[in-house]
Amino acid sequence: MIDVKNLSKKFKDLIAVDNISFSVNRGEIFGFLGPNGAGKTTTIKMLTTLLKPTSGEMKLGDYDPIKEPSQARCSFGIVFQDPSLDDELTARENMEFHGVLYGVPKQIRRERIEQLLKFVELWDRKDDLVKHFSGGMKRRLEIARGLLHHPKILFLDEPTLGLDPQTRNHIWNYIKKLNKEEQITIFFTTHYMEEADRVADRIAIIDKGKIVAMGNSQELKSQTKTESLEDAFLSLTGHAIRDEEATNIERLRMGRRMRRH
Amino acid sequence: MSTIYILWLRQLKRYFRSRARIIGSLGQPLLFLLALGYGFGPIYQRASGGNYIEFLAPGIIAMSIIFTALFSGIEIIWDRQFGFLKETLVAPVSRLQIMIGRTLGGATVATLQGVIVFFISLIAGFRPTNFFMILPALIFMFLISLLFTALGTAIASVLEDMQGFQLIMNFIVMPLFFLSGALFPIQGLSGTIKTISTIDPLSYGVDGLRHTLISVGYFGIGTDFLVLGLITVVLLAIGTYLFSKIQI
Repeated sequence: MIDVKNLSKKFKDLIAVDNISFSVNRGEIFGFLGPNGAGKTTTIKMLTTLLKPTSGEMKLGDYDPIKEPSQARCSFGIVFQDPSLDDELTARENMEFHGVLYGVPKQIRRERIEQLLKFVELWDRKDDLVKHFSGGMKRRLEIARGLLHHPKILFLDEPTLGLDPQTRNHIWNYIKKLNKEEQITIFFTTHYMEEADRVADRIAIIDKGKIVAMGNSQELKSQTKTESLEDAFLSLTGHAIRDEEATNIERLRMGRRMRRH
Repeated sequence: MSTIYILWLRQLKRYFRSRARIIGSLGQPLLFLLALGYGFGPIYQRASGGNYIEFLAPGIIAMSIIFTALFSGIEIIWDRQFGFLKETLVAPVSRLQIMIGRTLGGATVATLQGVIVFFISLIAGFRPTNFFMILPALIFMFLISLLFTALGTAIASVLEDMQGFQLIMNFIVMPLFFLSGALFPIQGLSGTIKTISTIDPLSYGVDGLRHTLISVGYFGIGTDFLVLGLITVVLLAIGTYLFSKIQI
């Protein structure tokens, strides 16, 4: 379903993704793990047509995200790592906007919006502006929105970041159900190793732009002779703490904070 | 079609929800109308220019339109910083549709703003010569709105953050406005300033508004329409191209 061959992305003086290749089968849940700044989000951005790779080939289903971006966009849905809601719209309007953009028919759209907003427990707040929501509520809305249309491939970039274990569990159960019932291929990243251990059929570990290991959880553990996925992960990527370049929004916040001082 | 509609609707919703912005953006045209209109009125009259408020009001309407329109275009930078742009860019719709929806939305909002300032200028003493010409005046308002929303989009597509905003205001918006003949008649000018005013696309917008609202003008209403229309089409094309090249 997803085929990546020799994919690289260079920014000015940084190689974010360095010649990676992998493929994800149809209906598979694929975990893409790595420390901060390893190249996970850059890879997802390239796969989802937001960024052009420096070199390499990609295929989403039958389409090439570089040469046929519009067709490729029809085949996937995505929950982004950082916020992508419109704060000036209500929860329902954000959902509605997404549904229209993805051509979900009105009847189904209405039903699913109600069902999903109830599922993430935001139905009572459906007509409130998103700017009044807490971080966790925004995250839940973002996930609900990503599940509104049922694509062939669903990209989840750290979807459960900052959510409590109850909500995480709840959401993963729903995603697994979608995966089973509708054969949706799931490509996700996370920092919660036990989460990856539990849901992923296969896992790739990326570090400094290179894929350092790939296989199911058991294989990774036996390859590194460790007991848990977390230990396997640490043994593969080392203990050093990584820095990530500030995103736009972080820069904006920093700027504001500095101005206030 | 529904894509264009929902993007248009979003711009309108955002506009009507930011009351502070609406009221705030009325302060400047009001100040210009009162301070310049009544301040320079007597001198303008003595120079046998006639009633300055009559002359000034179309210029001030145009001013409020270009500020609102350009800002609507520039909003793409906010959308980029707050992440919402990604949501639209990965959707299975063409960037042309996104561009059209946004631009129409921004232009509608700017036209509304122009209409509000039109009513304010009525209170300030402005009297159009022919109320039947308000419809063609609306067309001109919408054309100016389209042109400057497209310009804003084009600029916003190549900027990453709001750092360049002051630059745009001081080196594009302000000159376009002050050199457009919004505040003074182009007739009496000569030399460089006349050339510059003739190149300024806003001159044709202001002139079109004067033709329709006070039956006075310089270029001729047909010329105004053609020049404005042509530049709008060109800017829309450039804006669409730059917008389609956005990477995040």
